Amino acid sequence: MKEFSILIGGKAGDGIDKAGMVIARILNRLGLRLYVYRDYPSVIRGGHTFSIIRASSGRIASHLSKVDFILALNQETLSLHRNRLKKDCLFIYDSDQVKIDPPLACGIGLPIKDMLKEENAPVVMRNSCVIGGFCRASGIGWEILEDVFRKNVARETDLNLKVARRGFDAANELVKIEPLNQAALPLITGNEAVGLGLIKGGLDAYIAYPMTPSSPILHFLADAAEGLPLNVIHPENEIGVILMALGFAYMGKKAAVGTSGGGFCLMTEGVSLAGMAEMPVVIVMGQRPGPSTGLPTYSSQTDLHFVLNAGQGEFPRFIAAPGDAEEAYYWSHVALNMAWKYQIPSFILTDKNLGEGTFNFDISSIKEVVETKPLAWNRQGQYKRYLDTDTGVSPLTFAPEKDAIIKVNSYEHDEFGITTEDPAKTVQMQDKRLRKGIYLAEELEGMRPVNIYGNRDSETALLCWGSNKGVCVEAAAKLGLKVIHPIVLWPFPVKQLQASLRGVKKVIAIENNATGQLVTLMNRFGFKVDEMVLKYDGRPLSLDELERRLETLSNPIGKVS
Amino acid sequence: MKNLATYAQNTWCPGCGNFSILNSIKAVLNMLEAEGFPLEKVVIVSGIGCHAKIVDYINVNSFYSIHGRVVPVAEAIKLANPELKVIGFAGDGDAYGEGLEHLIFAAKRNIDITMIIHNNRVYGLTTGQYTPTSPLGFKGRSTPQGTKELPINPLELMLSSGATYLARGTSHGMDLLKNIFKEAVLHKGFSLVDVLQTCVTFYNMYEYYDKRVYELKGHDAGDFNQALNKIREWDYNIDAPIALGAFYKKDAPTFEERSLQPKGGPADRLLKIKDILAESV
Repeated sequence: MKEFSILIGGKAGDGIDKAGMVIARILNRLGLRLYVYRDYPSVIRGGHTFSIIRASSGRIASHLSKVDFILALNQETLSLHRNRLKKDCLFIYDSDQVKIDPPLACGIGLPIKDMLKEENAPVVMRNSCVIGGFCRASGIGWEILEDVFRKNVARETDLNLKVARRGFDAANELVKIEPLNQAALPLITGNEAVGLGLIKGGLDAYIAYPMTPSSPILHFLADAAEGLPLNVIHPENEIGVILMALGFAYMGKKAAVGTSGGGFCLMTEGVSLAGMAEMPVVIVMGQRPGPSTGLPTYSSQTDLHFVLNAGQGEFPRFIAAPGDAEEAYYWSHVALNMAWKYQIPSFILTDKNLGEGTFNFDISSIKEVVETKPLAWNRQGQYKRYLDTDTGVSPLTFAPEKDAIIKVNSYEHDEFGITTEDPAKTVQMQDKRLRKGIYLAEELEGMRPVNIYGNRDSETALLCWGSNKGVCVEAAAKLGLKVIHPIVLWPFPVKQLQASLRGVKKVIAIENNATGQLVTLMNRFGFKVDEMVLKYDGRPLSLDELERRLETLSNPIGKVS
Repeated sequence: MKNLATYAQNTWCPGCGNFSILNSIKAVLNMLEAEGFPLEKVVIVSGIGCHAKIVDYINVNSFYSIHGRVVPVAEAIKLANPELKVIGFAGDGDAYGEGLEHLIFAAKRNIDITMIIHNNRVYGLTTGQYTPTSPLGFKGRSTPQGTKELPINPLELMLSSGATYLARGTSHGMDLLKNIFKEAVLHKGFSLVDVLQTCVTFYNMYEYYDKRVYELKGHDAGDFNQALNKIREWDYNIDAPIALGAFYKKDAPTFEERSLQPKGGPADRLLKIKDILAESV
């Protein structure tokens, strides 16, 4: 078996997420390529939670509705997901929790309760027992399991291994997962990739208030900060978060913040301040379904226009929406660079599917970001924080500086930073700030802001953004279509979109929202979109679901010349 | 003595209590410099309101922030370089209303910044509404029948939140202001000076304060209970003697002292990324 999916499910608190990652790491050791989708409710205990671990010989970034294995820690997992199973046999379950009626001739029931009792192990180790059973059932050697446990199960490793061994010994081999002859790649989440990209870009401070789906970046960087010149702070609220970031920026420290829609609502006054005071800041905005609290632990692409328009007044900004972990790493570094080069707010627009999805990560495939140092003061004459220049970018210097006084201002101000309400100066400074946006747009044109995948000659193109990249690229490969995936969403990459649409007769937009937010933006720039596949139930599109939706469009793709 | 003025035209009303704060802090900055603390290591931060113009009027590093948001900016500047002296100026609407949560948390952290509150107990720049410290029944433009709520006692709130230096002055007492501003700036930890600053246009309290204020004598500022009692003597509402001077001083670890001091260089970043990825296979 080289192409397969495993669903592991139970109730929140059963350690489903951890078990899913351990299984993914075991399969990763075999040289398989993986993608993990995590589905969990907004509760700490109880409620159904599951992970789908999809394995393939080639790189993937989407999941399938159908699965090959189900590992069930409770009855609900069976009742909710049994229809996903391709064959009833590949089914491993806790026989104390799950009753199967009529009984299956195959499948493996593990009497976990007794096993735990005999090992004197707590109930939370049921997941280890099931992992043991799965490894045996799929022909994976014990030594791989043991090695992965030793590396990834920090607490009570030996006892967990004993419990896993019980599951392993009680199961029998049902199929054989063969190792592939390719090196294992790291497995990381999109959120971790954002964190790594920010570290690479020279981040000095990360400030955040916890909010799903971005809190894992806060946790990741808080751990990673040890031994690094990196301050990680969790303040009183998101207003404090972004204002602190601007305080760090004033001092020449590269700062980033992370949040989701609700927290970003609170940050908007700070975004506008960053625009006026020309303070560089990176904002990681992880989207989830709204309005309001919405579905806190699910995914959406509903905040593109919010991020585009957040903050009163007119000022330049940069928005990148990466599609997978490697793009998240690269563009997070770029976002930090752009924030500092142009002294603007810079956004990484992600979502729960990207942030909490797990991907293989091949750092050698990622091109180096061309590092540009922020424009520094040449120490000639009186320092003016808002010196009006050809590009609109003013030279920077930071306190303490003996020969300079550094004044920044939320009011309209003169070049020195003193408040002004003078009409001519107001126009001059507004033009200065907007001019930076023109140079930013020009620079981005040279950075492949739009990517094309699939059949470049196809007259039908799937247009998608952010985390829909993975599912669209795979669907297009199967159906012989082209994929257009803009990563930079502002400044809008008009020229690159024009080029990528050359020869395309039909554009189908794929978005996780109810109104077609990228389509609205495309229309604003005169681009036509013919069809929309919109999904807004909080769940990601599976590959088979997307294929089905494409077949049932009012003008199905197969019918186009 | 340096003038420390900028070319900005001062637009406070004649007789405004803000002038005393401006002149006192300039004098303190001059004293600091004379004692060997270079002024490039000072950053002043203000919010929005009449008070906030002070950053335009003093020729040192400054961050003119937005309404209610003096504290988080000041905290970050301090964390970015603990060698700096960071002084925040805020109005009572700014610090005790819009930005109260930040103020409580800064006190709780005992982060080493100084907050000077221009507490005129009225919104001046928006032309005369009640603030968190206006007395019950205050008739403002948003409360023409008088307010129906009691004021907060900001010093009591700050004491219970963990502030380690608390003082009060008035705009009719520059000598005292200079003393307590200097003490506050030199204090290690979170310091706050509540200045009963008079708004001559919308709430002229000069006479009222002049009759009631007295300077603390024989008060043990190291004693929490004494501080609390003195702070409670006047609750910003009742007619009572109003004590001026330092109520509370405590030596305690600061947020930045307790925080892990970031260390490492660019090479450590690459190594860290490599390590994390190696752990992720």
